[in-house]
Amino acid sequence: MKKVILGDHAVSYGALLSRVQTIAAYPITPQTLIIERLSEMTANGESNAIFTKVESEHSAMASTVGSSASGARAFTATSSQGLALMHEMLHWAAGARLPIVMANVNRAMAPGWTIWTDQNDSLSARDTGWMQIYCQNNQEVLDSIILGYKVSEQVNLPTMVILDAFFLSHTAEGVDIPDIKEVDKFLPPYKPEIKMDINDPRSFGALTSPDVYMEFRYKMQESMDKAKEVITREGKEFGKMFGRKYGLVEEYRTEDADTILVASATVASTARAVIDEMREAGQKVGLLRIRVFRPFPTEEIVRVIGGKKKVIVIDRNISFGKTGIFFDEVKGAFYNYTGNKPPMFGYIAGLGGRDVTPKVIREIMDDAIKKDKPESEILWKGVKL
Amino acid sequence: MKHSKKEIKIKGASDMPEMSASLGSMAHNKTASWRNLKPVIDESKCIKCFICWKFCPDAAIDFTDENTPPKINYDYCKGCGICAHECPVKCIDMVEEER
Repeated sequence: MKKVILGDHAVSYGALLSRVQTIAAYPITPQTLIIERLSEMTANGESNAIFTKVESEHSAMASTVGSSASGARAFTATSSQGLALMHEMLHWAAGARLPIVMANVNRAMAPGWTIWTDQNDSLSARDTGWMQIYCQNNQEVLDSIILGYKVSEQVNLPTMVILDAFFLSHTAEGVDIPDIKEVDKFLPPYKPEIKMDINDPRSFGALTSPDVYMEFRYKMQESMDKAKEVITREGKEFGKMFGRKYGLVEEYRTEDADTILVASATVASTARAVIDEMREAGQKVGLLRIRVFRPFPTEEIVRVIGGKKKVIVIDRNISFGKTGIFFDEVKGAFYNYTGNKPPMFGYIAGLGGRDVTPKVIREIMDDAIKKDKPESEILWKGVKL
Repeated sequence: MKHSKKEIKIKGASDMPEMSASLGSMAHNKTASWRNLKPVIDESKCIKCFICWKFCPDAAIDFTDENTPPKINYDYCKGCGICAHECPVKCIDMVEEER
């Protein structure tokens, strides 16, 4: 059934269709609409999930960890300051190998106080062991929640489904809401191998000596590597069933392109219009959208942009003291590449929700195309000096 | 992974579960060796108020019935001394462990 819904409500529908059994959440703008709708769904009987109101995001994730460990399909959602507050529990969820799915609405970090989008909140959680999916539209948001559980429950690592504040969270788009019976065929009930069980008591995550701690971390990395295959396979399978295929990255007009723009989230969906406009003018440009940031799709990135003449990365984030984070990682992917390494331009744009319009992207493209090499590691777009 | 009553032998990552879940409950994890001071109840002075039983942070004091003095479980007691501190008639002595 097609409906015009907000990105936040696409998350709610994704959780509903995944038949989540527990929801523990604390409201924060711009995530509030997600849990508001989920609380309605649990109150009116659409969903059988247990909805728990908690006193903070730290508690939201702690509660989600507990219910997931006891074998429930568990869900929560947050944003920005809330994600930062639950940071300790993010490590717990991943280290305990729990297939939790959480939506995070990308909102810039304070101070100065802000509610608008950028990616520094979720990228600060980069090394927690969570998979991260950056969505470009409301349809992908809904689909990625369902896919998140399908993948997480195979690799025993949690998934963060990420959507831009306001540009997705509060923007209405046409979304195909699949029939729950069809989703059931794709996503069977969660059956963990080990769970908290009063008839088989165990202690979870107890003191772990230097003898074995490192092996647990080795296994997390092994699962992250395996997740690349699982995400690709399940994304194809989802495509067969629902007509929408998903992968680690998405290519747009890259094949004969000599200049590739790398972007993520809504900057990437906006960039598609710019690519079309420049193609019409005869310029050989293409777009590589990084959809999955963890596990990082090194091979796919090298395959698409290796040997190209120029690579332009737009980051709506910054690692202070370094560069844009996607830019840094894309460069890193090429360290062992023996072919012709393209010069890379790293632009920072749109921090704190500043618009990244087609005009802004076009100016970035034109700027990089006219230069042989970047004059500095960071190219600030639109910063007023 | 080999599991005897005394120890678990692990070869390496290939031999381990993904999550750090124990093979049994914490009941197997006897923590008495942590103890330097051992609480000893003088049963002749005990008024059976069970305040020590309520306060023990490790549930290492056993309750039988209200006419029997509480019994300290020396397999788990870590010797924190809260019981001795809280006892209203001061009938619990903290005695140095001999090893």
